[in-house]
Amino acid sequence: MLRPFVLHRPRTAEEACALLARLGEDAAPYAGGTELLLLMKLGLLRPRHLVDVKRVAGFDDIADGVRLSIGAGVTHRTVERSAAVQARCPLMASVARHVGNVRVRNVGTVGGNLAFADPHSDLATLFLALDASVELVSPRGRRELTLAEFVRGPWETARAADELLTSVRLTPWPASTAAAFVKFGVHERPTLGIAVALRLDGSGTGRARVVDARIAIGCVNPCPARAPGAEARLSGVALAELEDVAGEAAALAAASADTADDLYGSADYKREMVAVFVRRALRAAAARARGVAPVAGFPHTIVA
Amino acid sequence: MDASAAREPIHLVVNGRARDLAVEPYALLLDVLRDDLDLKGAKRSCDSQVCGACTVLVDGLAVSACTYLAVEADGRSILTVEGLAEGESLHPVQRAFVDAGAVQCGFCTPGMLLTTRALLDENPAPTREDVLHYLRGSLCRCTGYRKIVEAILAAARARGQASAPARVE
Repeated sequence: MLRPFVLHRPRTAEEACALLARLGEDAAPYAGGTELLLLMKLGLLRPRHLVDVKRVAGFDDIADGVRLSIGAGVTHRTVERSAAVQARCPLMASVARHVGNVRVRNVGTVGGNLAFADPHSDLATLFLALDASVELVSPRGRRELTLAEFVRGPWETARAADELLTSVRLTPWPASTAAAFVKFGVHERPTLGIAVALRLDGSGTGRARVVDARIAIGCVNPCPARAPGAEARLSGVALAELEDVAGEAAALAAASADTADDLYGSADYKREMVAVFVRRALRAAAARARGVAPVAGFPHTIVA
Repeated sequence: MDASAAREPIHLVVNGRARDLAVEPYALLLDVLRDDLDLKGAKRSCDSQVCGACTVLVDGLAVSACTYLAVEADGRSILTVEGLAEGESLHPVQRAFVDAGAVQCGFCTPGMLLTTRALLDENPAPTREDVLHYLRGSLCRCTGYRKIVEAILAAARARGQASAPARVE
């Protein structure tokens, strides 16, 4: 059962922000409710007003320009099935396909997922690896923050109480990018998520080299983090030699990971798993670069 | 409480029948279905979108009725397990579950049937992997899933045969 609340349904971002500004701590933005309503049922959150942002103009748009922009109210299902997302950033479509379960994907939104900043969010980890940013709007105007600036800690973001997350934007890497997202877990929410994106130079697959690497580690840590040491190690590596270097890069990633003890496992266990799964994610990305569809091959493991 | 106690009129179609209701903004679809409309097929179990026992279809999409505000259903069409069969004649998905013995205690079955219906409407010829992917988050504590997966694949085959043009020898 839910405690009583008033439901507001603004049609514009300005209206929504004005409501949030006026109602302050008493209000919570609401979209799919897949996170918010659960915590309200448990009594952990008790907003007396919900500001439904689903009718705000433009919130459910996917705009395909120089940058790809996903409206905050776009559901995971829509991301999964969007032709624009599939064409410009196939990894995002693939990750969306594996968020939660089909019922969560049908109503849960990209913006809600990011704004909630659950440490077990796949999207924050993915978007961190893809150099995405989020746009926030408030009575003071608009601002754009990188994912790292936006997600501050577990369930904590840089969003002010009267600010609204409107979209997430990214510049898709070229089609030759080798990318993979690997996650592992026996519970509803994953224990670990690793995103890798390797930008390859233009030469044929036989001679391709990594010119830029992104590795993001999520779920095991208070908030998702890049692994700069591992990324640096991969720069300049020939695709053909990626397998040989993957173990070393994975060890660097594990060493840099700020793993935390929780019900999903001990910090030490998670650190070990980061090494294992960064290696597997690199292997999956390398397979894709060679035109081979990667297979998970291990229980409770998903390769997106 | 103040204005929050105000009921809101909603108009929806439940299992093909138009319904006009007045619900509190904080009423959950599951409670409206079970308590106001006396449709007990959808079950409250985990109450957190993890188990699938409360699955209903809203405009064809599977949702957890336990975590879906009834006001969101305004203007939409809801299908519960009570609306699957046509009179005394079981829906092909129900038939396939019976034939495969995919039911034990039956608690998860309404959700499984509706999830299957949504899957087959979206993907008439799913592979075993497609079925397993779609069933993630639909928990059964009796069957071990094997017979459920068999039933879903059988339902897809039956549907394919029913809709395939007749072969002329």
